Amino acid sequence: MTSSQKDQVLQELRSQIALANAQELMQKMSEKCFKKCIYKPGTQLDNSEQKCLAMCMDRYMDAWNTVSRTYNARLSREHSSGGLQ
Amino acid sequence: MEDFASAGANQVGDPQLQRIIEMETQKARFQALVHNLTDVCWEKCIDRPAAKLDSRSESCIVNCVERFIDTSNFVVNRLSDISKRSSPIN
Repeated sequence: MTSSQKDQVLQELRSQIALANAQELMQKMSEKCFKKCIYKPGTQLDNSEQKCLAMCMDRYMDAWNTVSRTYNARLSREHSSGGLQ
Repeated sequence: MEDFASAGANQVGDPQLQRIIEMETQKARFQALVHNLTDVCWEKCIDRPAAKLDSRSESCIVNCVERFIDTSNFVVNRLSDISKRSSPIN
């Protein structure tokens, strides 16, 4: 395999992973924010529902980042103390 | 993902490429776990999405992640104890 072929394989792999990640996030956000913001589905998304959805999406991202940070810190702690992983 | 990683890299027989692919796969696994934990802890900690993630919700999420990992370690350890105890020793 030439190095440009390798680069191509890696790029393909990385973009597939990024796509899967984005899809998972979209699916979770839709599900969670629908649950929080749409109590009685009406004939359209009204203004307050849209505001709630926007806020909910931002908070979901915050939560995701907090989880990621915490989990990462835990992993490196267990790693260095010779625990699991 | 694992299939791709092992099949692809073994076919190529390129240890360096295999290592990079394994690293990417591990990153993907990490992200998948973060998605799952966010789902669980969102349900536990977020009542109504507000204009900011307040510090109470944030520390709830931190505790939620830590205790979830503790729980899954506890379950693994206890199951392994049980299976050791019930397996014939003779």
